[in-house]
Formats: sequence, C-alpha cells, structure tokens
Amino acid sequence: MATKLNFSERTIKFQREADPEWARQVSEHPGCEGLFSCLQCGSCTGTCPLSIYMDYGPRRIIGLAREGFRKEVLNSQTIWLCASCYSCAVHCPQQIHITDVMYNFKREAIRSHLYPKRFAIPVLAQEFYNVVRRNGRTSEFLVVLRMALRTNPLILFTMWRTGLDLLRTGRLKLMSEKLKHVPFLPKEDA
Amino acid sequence: MSEEIRTGVYTCHCGSNIAATVDVKAVAEYAAKLPNVVVSRDYKYMCSDPGQDLIKQDIREHKLNRIVVASCSPHLHEHTFRTALAKGGLNEFLFQMVNIREQDSWVHLDKPAATVKAMDLVRAAVCRVALHKPLTKGSVPIRADVLVVGGGIAGIHAALTLANAGKKVYLVEREPTIGGHMAKFDKTFPTLDCAACILTPKMSSVRAHPNITLWSYSEVTQVDGYVGNFKVTVTRKPRYIMEDLCVGCLECIEACVYKEGKFVDEFNMGLSKRKPIYIPFPQAIPQVPVIDPETCIDFKTGKCKKSCVDACGERHAINLKMKETTEIIDVGTIILSTGFQVFDAHRSPEYGYGVYPNVYTALEIERLVNASGPTSGEVVLRDGKRPKSVAIIHCVGSRDEKNNRWCSRVCCMYSLKLAHLLKEHTDAEIFNFYIDIRTPGKGFEEFYQKLRNEGVHFIRGKVAEVTDWAFDPSEEGKLVIRVEDTLLGFARRIPVDMVVLATGLEPHADAQEVRRRFNLTCSSEGFFLERHPKLAPVSTFTDGVFLAGACQSPKDIPDTVAQAGAAAAEALALIDAGHVEIEPNTAFVLEEDCSGCRTCIPMCPFSAITFSEETKLASINQALCKGCGTCVASCPSGSIVQNLYDDEEIFAEIEGVLSNA
Amino acid sequence: MPQDYSYFPGCSLQSTGVAYDESVRALFALLDLKLHELPEWNCCGATSYMSIDEGSAFVLSARNLSLAAQAKHRDLVTPCSACYLVLKKTQDYVEHYPAIANKVQQGLQAEGLPPLNGVQVRHPLEILYNDVGLDRIKHASVRPWRGAPIACYYGCQLVRPYCDSDQQQNPTHMEEVLKAAGIPTVDFALKTKCCGGSLTGTIPAVGQRLNYLILKEAIRKGAGAIVTVCPLCQYNLDAYQADIRKSTGEAIDIPVLYFSQVLGWAMGADAKALGLQRSIAGKQTIKQWFAASEREEKAHV
Ligand SMILES: Cc1cc2nc3c(=O)[nH]c(=O)nc-3n(C[C@H](O)[C@H](O)[C@H](O)COP(=O)(O)OP(=O)(O)OC[C@H]3O[C@@H](n4cnc5c(N)ncnc54)[C@H](O)[C@@H]3O)c2cc1C
Ligand code: SF4
Ligand code: SF4
Repeated sequence: MATKLNFSERTIKFQREADPEWARQVSEHPGCEGLFSCLQCGSCTGTCPLSIYMDYGPRRIIGLAREGFRKEVLNSQTIWLCASCYSCAVHCPQQIHITDVMYNFKREAIRSHLYPKRFAIPVLAQEFYNVVRRNGRTSEFLVVLRMALRTNPLILFTMWRTGLDLLRTGRLKLMSEKLKHVPFLPKEDA
Repeated sequence: MSEEIRTGVYTCHCGSNIAATVDVKAVAEYAAKLPNVVVSRDYKYMCSDPGQDLIKQDIREHKLNRIVVASCSPHLHEHTFRTALAKGGLNEFLFQMVNIREQDSWVHLDKPAATVKAMDLVRAAVCRVALHKPLTKGSVPIRADVLVVGGGIAGIHAALTLANAGKKVYLVEREPTIGGHMAKFDKTFPTLDCAACILTPKMSSVRAHPNITLWSYSEVTQVDGYVGNFKVTVTRKPRYIMEDLCVGCLECIEACVYKEGKFVDEFNMGLSKRKPIYIPFPQAIPQVPVIDPETCIDFKTGKCKKSCVDACGERHAINLKMKETTEIIDVGTIILSTGFQVFDAHRSPEYGYGVYPNVYTALEIERLVNASGPTSGEVVLRDGKRPKSVAIIHCVGSRDEKNNRWCSRVCCMYSLKLAHLLKEHTDAEIFNFYIDIRTPGKGFEEFYQKLRNEGVHFIRGKVAEVTDWAFDPSEEGKLVIRVEDTLLGFARRIPVDMVVLATGLEPHADAQEVRRRFNLTCSSEGFFLERHPKLAPVSTFTDGVFLAGACQSPKDIPDTVAQAGAAAAEALALIDAGHVEIEPNTAFVLEEDCSGCRTCIPMCPFSAITFSEETKLASINQALCKGCGTCVASCPSGSIVQNLYDDEEIFAEIEGVLSNA
Repeated sequence: MPQDYSYFPGCSLQSTGVAYDESVRALFALLDLKLHELPEWNCCGATSYMSIDEGSAFVLSARNLSLAAQAKHRDLVTPCSACYLVLKKTQDYVEHYPAIANKVQQGLQAEGLPPLNGVQVRHPLEILYNDVGLDRIKHASVRPWRGAPIACYYGCQLVRPYCDSDQQQNPTHMEEVLKAAGIPTVDFALKTKCCGGSLTGTIPAVGQRLNYLILKEAIRKGAGAIVTVCPLCQYNLDAYQADIRKSTGEAIDIPVLYFSQVLGWAMGADAKALGLQRSIAGKQTIKQWFAASEREEKAHV
C-alpha cells in the first residue's frame, strides 16, 4: 500500500513560539543552573537507558528548553519516561543536573495540565502524592490500583499474575498504613 | 679515470614503513651483485646513530669512496647521510640517496613489484654515483640589517625583537599608520584585554626605537639579490606632510575648510566621515596626518584657501608639492608580515550585505563597540536605535567551495567575543549561528562556556538567508534569519534587528604580485607557503625570507606574535652565523663553448644570469642560482653544466634504471 | 563491640521488600549491630512526590532527617536506594540552596521539629564495608557457598549521584563483601544500569524490556543469581520473569536476592529469618542450593 502523502505538516518554528524568558527562569531554579552550559554533546541521550523510547531524549530537551520552546518540552513524553536513574547527570561533561531539570519540567507540566490524558506516569505520580499526603506513608497496592483505574482499568488484568505471586509470598500489603500524626505539608508548587 | 670505484649500498627498513611493502633483504642482496658495489647492507633505521656509524665504519674498513642510501625522501635525511660521509672522511657529494619510501613503499601495495622497483632505483643510483665528483659548498656573508614588510602586530613584534637585539630594521607599511587589523579592535579574545592598551605601547616603541626606520605609506617595489645580500627598492607615496617637520599637533586637520568630515573613513569601515586631511585614529603611528588628493579641494581645483597650511604656520610641515620618492636599501634578511584581508560580504548575497543597512560585517562591529570608534562605543543601528536582538552568522565566505574552502580559524572566537561585547553594550538577545564551534586555543573553550552561561544562543546550522520578508506579523520590520536548527531538528525563522557577518580571512588581493616580487610560493588558497608545515613554519623556499602572521595562514594574535618571534629568531640565527652555505648544485657556463646568444638569460626564474657586454659571455651568479636547471636545458650550444646534474650523470642514471628491461 | 544505628526502613520494606527488612535485621543482629527504628517515620517521597511538588517533597524527607537528629544515634541506616538518594539529596539541597533550606526550616518548625543537624545517611552495604570490615565478615562467614557465582547489581540510586564511599562508575563493595564471605561473583557490565524503576507499573512493555536486558546478561555471564541493594530493583527483576518468559519465549528463571540475604545465609542465619521463601523467580534453584548446605551441615553434626 502506498504511503499517504501529508503536506499539512509544518516543521518550521517561528521565534514567537519560543520564550527565552522562560528558559532564563528555568535556569534560576535550584538544580537547573547548568541549563545554558550544555554543549549538546549527547552524552546524556547516549547513556540514557530510556532514550530509545523517548520522543526527544535528554539532549534535545535541554536544547529545546534553553531556546525557550516551553510547549514542546512540557508536552514531551521524554520528561515522563525519565526514570531518575541519574546516568545522564553523572556523565554530563558540564555537570548539568539533568535529572533535576527533568523533575522541574514534570512539575511544571502537571501544574499547567500539559501532559497527555490517561498517561500512566504522571497519573501514578499524582496518586502517589495524594496517598502520601493523606497517610504519611505510601502503599504500593493502593497507588497502582488508583493509577490503573484512572488510566486503563484493563491493565489490571495483565497484573493478576504478579499480584498473586506477591500475595502468596506475603509481599502484597492490601491495607494501607496511616501515621498517627500525618505531617502537615505546605502545598506550594501544586 | 684511474680511481677504483668502491660503492657501499645501504637499504633501510624504516621500521615497517618500507619493509612492509619492499623486501629489503632481497634489495640488499641484489645490490651486492651490482658493479662496483663492495658492501651492501640492510638496516632497521639507517638514520639512527648506529645506522650512520655503519656507513662511517665501512668507509674506513672497506675503503669505500661512493655511498648510496635507499631510504626516505632526501628532504628529510640527505643532510644526515652527507654528514655521516663527511665524518667518515669522504666528500659528502660522493653520495646518492634513493627514495624507496615516499616513491615506492608508501604508494604501492604489490610487494614483489615494489621490490623490483626498489632494485631498479638502487641500480640507477649505483650507476650514477660512480660519476660523482667531489664538490665543495659555497658560502656567502649575511648583512645584519633586516627588512620587515607590513606593520601589523606581526611586523611590529618582529621589528622590535630584532631591534632590541641590536639589529637595524626597516619597517615598511603601506597604510598611513602601523597597527594593522588589531588597531581596529576594542577588546581581544579570549582574555578581553583592551587591544589599544596592549598594542599602542608597542607602536610607540617602534617609533621611538633608534634601531628602527619606519616608512609608512610606502611599499616595496623591487627586490634584487639573494640571501645575505638583498637590494630592496621602497617607494614612498607622498602624504603631503613632511614627517620630519610635523610635530603631530593636528591643528591642520582642525583648520581644514571642511568643518565636518565628509568622506568615507576607511579606518572606521565607512561608519564615519573624515576630512581630506586626516589621521586614521588618535594613536596612529606615525603621528602625522595625510592629505588625500582625491578629495582635497586644492588637488581637484587648485582653488582652496589652504587653511591647513596656514595653521601649520612656522612649522612648514605641509608640502602640497610633495612627490613620490624611492629608497634603496641593502639588507641580509627579510620578514614578510603583510597580514590578510577580510572576505567581501557582497560575495555572499544571501545575507543581504549592502542591501539591508542593518547587516554589518564583524570588522564594522569591532569599530562600533570600540570606545574610540565612530559612535564612541554606543552600539546603535543605522537609524540610531539600539538593537534588541542580534544574529551573528559564522563562517561567512569560509568553509565554502563557492568562496573560500578553508576555515578562517579566528572567526568563531571573534564571534564569541563580539557576542559578549554586544550583550554587554545592549543586553540584546544574541543568536550565534555556527557549523562547528572551533575553540582550540588556550582559554578558548572556557570562553565559549562563559558565553553559553551568559545566555547567548548557539544554534547549529548555517544560515540559509537573511531577508526582510515578514511572513508572520511578529517579523514585521525585522531582518529574518532562516536556518535549520540541526540539533533540535527543525527549521527556524528568527527575526532580529541586527545581523553581523563573521567574514573570513583571505590573502590580500595583491598577494600574487607580492609573492613574485619576493620570489615566494603560495599554497593553493593564496597564502604564502612556508618551507615545511611542521618543521620550517616560518621559512620560505627563498633563503633569507621569512614569514610571520596571517600572511602565511589565518591566525589569531597569540599565534601571530609567536610566529613573529620565531621569524625574528630565524633571521637572527642567520645574521649570527655571519654567512650561509650554499648547495653546490649550481649551474655554470663553460665559457669556451658559450656563443653569447642570451637564450638563457630570460629563462632563469631567479634572475641569476647576467650577460657581460665586455666578454659577450653569460655568467651565473652562484649565490643566486637555485639549481633548477632551466638554463641548462635551454642553452642551444649545451654550454651550461650543472653540478650533480651533468649529462653523464643523468644518462648513467637513466641507463641504470632501464637496464633491467 | 556493639554498634548502634538509627533505622529508616521506608515503605517498600514493609510490603514488596519485606524480605530485605527481615534479612538486614537478621544480618545486623548476627554482626552485633543494633538497629533502632525511627518512631513515626514517613515516606521519603521517592521519585514520584518530587515530580509533583518540590517544596513539600524536601520537607517530607527532611522530617525523617529531623527525627534522626533527635534520636540517640545520628547514623541513619536506610537499605532502600530511593530513600538513601532522597535523604542525601535533601541534605545536599538544604546545604546548597538557601531558598530550599528556608522552606524546609519553615516546614519543620510548623511540625515543631528541630533542624536537621549532623545526621549521617548510610546504607547497610557501606556499613558492612567500612564499619564491619572485610576481615570480620570473613570470620563471621561459617557456611560455604554451594550456589553458582553471583552477579552483583547495584542499580542507580545508591551509586548515582551521591556515591561517597565506592566508585561511581564501577562500584565494587558488593563484590568485595561477598568475596570475603566466600561467595563467588561474575563480572557484570550492567551492574549500574537502570532496572526501569516504576515503569514496570506504568509502561510495562518498556519497564520489562529493561528488566529483561539485565536478567539476560547476568545469565549470559554465567551468574546463578542476581544480588541487589534496592527493594525496587529486586521487585522488578524478580516479579516479572514469568511475563518476560511469555513475551520473549526465552527460558529465563534466575533468583534475585538481596545482598543481605546471601550474606546472612553465609553467616549461618535461618532461611526463614532471611525471608528466602519470599522470592518469586528461581524458587527451585534457591531451594536446591540452600538444601545442599543444610544437608552438609546435618551430616557434619
Ligand atoms: C573581525 C576580526 C576580529 C578579530 N579579533 C581578534 C581578537 O580578538 N583576538 C585575536 O587574537 N585575533 C583577532 N583577530 C585576528 C587578528 O586580526 C590577526 O591575528 C592579526 O591581525 C594578524 O596580524 P598580522 O600582523 O599578521 O596582519 P594584519 O593585522 O593584517 O597586518 C598586516 C599589515 O601589513 C600591511 N600590509 C599589507 N600588505 C602590505 C604590503 N604589500 N606592503 C606593506 N605593508 C603591507 C597592512 O596594511 C597591515 O598593516 C580578529 C580578526 C578579525 C577579522
Ligand atoms: S550530556 Fe550535558 S552537555 Fe552533553 S548534551 Fe547532555 S546536557 Fe548537554
Ligand atoms: S535520569 Fe532520566 S533522562 Fe537521565 S539518563 Fe536516567 S532516565 Fe534518562
């Protein structure tokens, strides 16, 4: 079957789509100072275990951010696929805390509601956050269950075997634990 | 010939450079059987001390009187082996070198064939060396005075080094002032030290130095002679102000009937206007104004009130009748430091230079950011407004087969410097567009990092075009850069107020003329060619002529100064030696056979042949002859013979090489 | 000489990583090291909390440090790599960024807690290496190892970016400690590669792919088991092998244990006390090895 031609795709970017001021603000955030010193060398993307699944990879995320392409950065899958393995951060020849920069973007994406709906990773993070705020401790069972319900309940069917294994070996705690005194946490960023 | 010829042949492995492709042992065994050969050996490294000792020993033990070494290029080791002969007690010219590396092992893959070729070449050498005669090297004295041509930072530094060493130096500069390009800069990368602060003290020292004769507004028009004894003609353009009478008060300029500058000021790259009588910049050396006859009313109409002359008054330094003069000097060595010119941005029309007023060249920006420049360091557009965004386009004219194919080497760094200065002066958003960032000098990479941290944009991609085409309302009234951001992976349109073109460095338009005048060679791009890119970087193929600075290749100030120092040292080395040895491979006229036809005289590229009206014979100046052999071939009566290349020797070699066929 | 430490198990060690908690406690008891669990500790925040709210993430984790600052023992042991990293990172950011230090200060004040002074965050592996020392481990190891050599797997967050006692690019403490206990190891290039973290839950295909790469390479290197230092790594590598067998069609079944389990075993602890029955993959292999040692011991008696 012949590929369908699509001439409507526009790949040129206008400068008004970029926000250099935003890039400067990002670079002032703790942990993000190195943003502008990036050499675009690609060590980060090269070492990142997840870059092959990412739409941009860490190098281009840093490059886009520093040029002020906020929408592209915050809408990207890359920031969510980051597993916080810190490989990039320790390899970076400019010692940029790339992982922390990724966190910064994740938070802003959540604040600005810019991540794709039903995307499991941010939803998991949010559910984790909610449970911890409520109980002071997390419960893996509860967090995963709520994530699944909010994204794709069918996924629970693929999890039954693991669940059963955990149950059998006494590793699945169905009851969530709550601290006697749940710490009060100011909600600033969210 | 009564003498018994006893030849030693030495075939070198050069590690595996030769041995991998040529069966060295077989060559040595083969050579042993050739006529006259008494000893034939192969050795891992003939150029090593033990290798040379082999030759010396064999000369003594086997009473050898001819030596052939089959190894690398004579360029590299002919001198080494000749010295070994001399130390072994043999005349050093009873020697022939065979190049079985560059001309054999390195260019062939087929080992048996390469081995046969090596044998052929060795056989040819064995045949020819038998006919070699003992020769002695000539020697010429070196004059101590030095000529330096071009008064940029290279020429200034070389002249001062030599003068401080007590040598008399003539510094010839064709502009009204010395200083070259550096005099135009505000700051210099990577340290950002003020260009004037480091340059003008050196310029003043040039003027004050008792050993330096500075001739500005002058050019070398003829060079005769040879190493140690050059005769140089310098033509001095009239500046209409007598240097010896002028006190540098500049009252004449003030007094000119033009109250304001009206003509393009070349020093400020046309960003300001000057009067017909002017001084290029306040710290110019010499501190003597020039009158431009093209624009001076008196020269054009003869009807000016000459208020300048009045202002000069008693000093009588202004002389509107001044004529061009010539000076002829004798020097022993010459340093060429004529620098470069910048690529003409009109040649890259896609960037709109000359079309859009706010497209500038880097040199123009150097003047614009300069505190003593046309705007006193205020960075404003032609309409007087401050730019809020600036694009700096790297590699304009460079790394481009359509223009100049080479990398101009300093543009990345000066673009970074200008980015920093523009940011400092205007706080504008600065975009650098580059193909590669090249920062390989001391402190250069650190400077690049500093710039990134200043928030200057670095966009990898060669700009496709600069237009005023506003496709989007946000681009209205701007210059729009269209480029592929090759790192982010999409095309971009970036509107800016100002565009700076990092135009490359190229040879002067008259480089070919200068080359001929000084009898030099140019490399393919037109910069003066050094004798060896690594081992003789400031020497040329003309003995006694040295190169310094950007006339040899694009380079920055640190490299220029280092090279100028090296050129001065080379000149001093010659001067201190007092004389030079010259190769005896020169041609000479067999007077009894010369018919006086003069065919040879125009043929000699080095003007070494003269004709004596008295004797009606041609004669060759041994010091000038480079041994090129042109005259030998041209003489109808065969009365020119060249040492080491006489007919017998050449025929013996040819027969030798062919006798296997 | 008994030594005392404050102990922060973290949430995972109460559920999927319960065997880690059991085996660390058993191992420390054998070595005469005392663990004093922090009262009322809370979740460290892990990677997820930080993705939502930075300010309170640091307060959350700092609360634990503050509890430790109040406790008798200022060395705070945490076996979980994520907890280790988050606690260290909190200290780092509080030290380097006044803005964060302020937020943390205010958060703690609101809770009536003291500032986080002088707490030393430590990992059990590093305690074994530095405080106990290879010699003592050697002497304490009474059971010969009857299993195949082991691939030591460090994962990410123990070594990156806060790795103060081992080498970041090529950590070797685990190998050295196991070797001292008479347990052979294999060279394992993937020892600090990512296990996928929470991606096994969110995007199973991607998470399991990363698990698969590590399992397969360990097997290729001739390892009979993988030993980890982190509850999430252990869980990821252990719990999905059935799924991976199904998706790749490859016969992958390799035990994934905690370093504290194998060391505890070498030092004579009871299998149950080490939580060895809690493994999902390689059950048979585990049984065989430990049964072999037990048989020997019985014969000996
Ligand atoms: C825009 C720009 C910015 C730069 N910024 C820096 C910087 O910040 N730092 C740095 O290290 N380098 C910088 N450079 C490089 C620097 O200009 C050169 O390294 C330096 O000028 C080379 O000195 P030179 O003496 O060899 O040549 P030039 O400066 O070109 O001087 C040559 C001199 O010879 C004279 N001349 C030419 N032909 C003749 C002739 N036939 N007879 C007599 N005289 C002749 C010329 O008039 C001139 O005075 C920059 C270059 C450019 C284009
Ligand atoms: S490793 Fe660092 S310098 Fe290199 S591209 Fe990534 S962020 Fe930039
Ligand atoms: S920290 Fe995130 S972006 Fe960096 S290498 Fe790991 S997964 Fe990739």
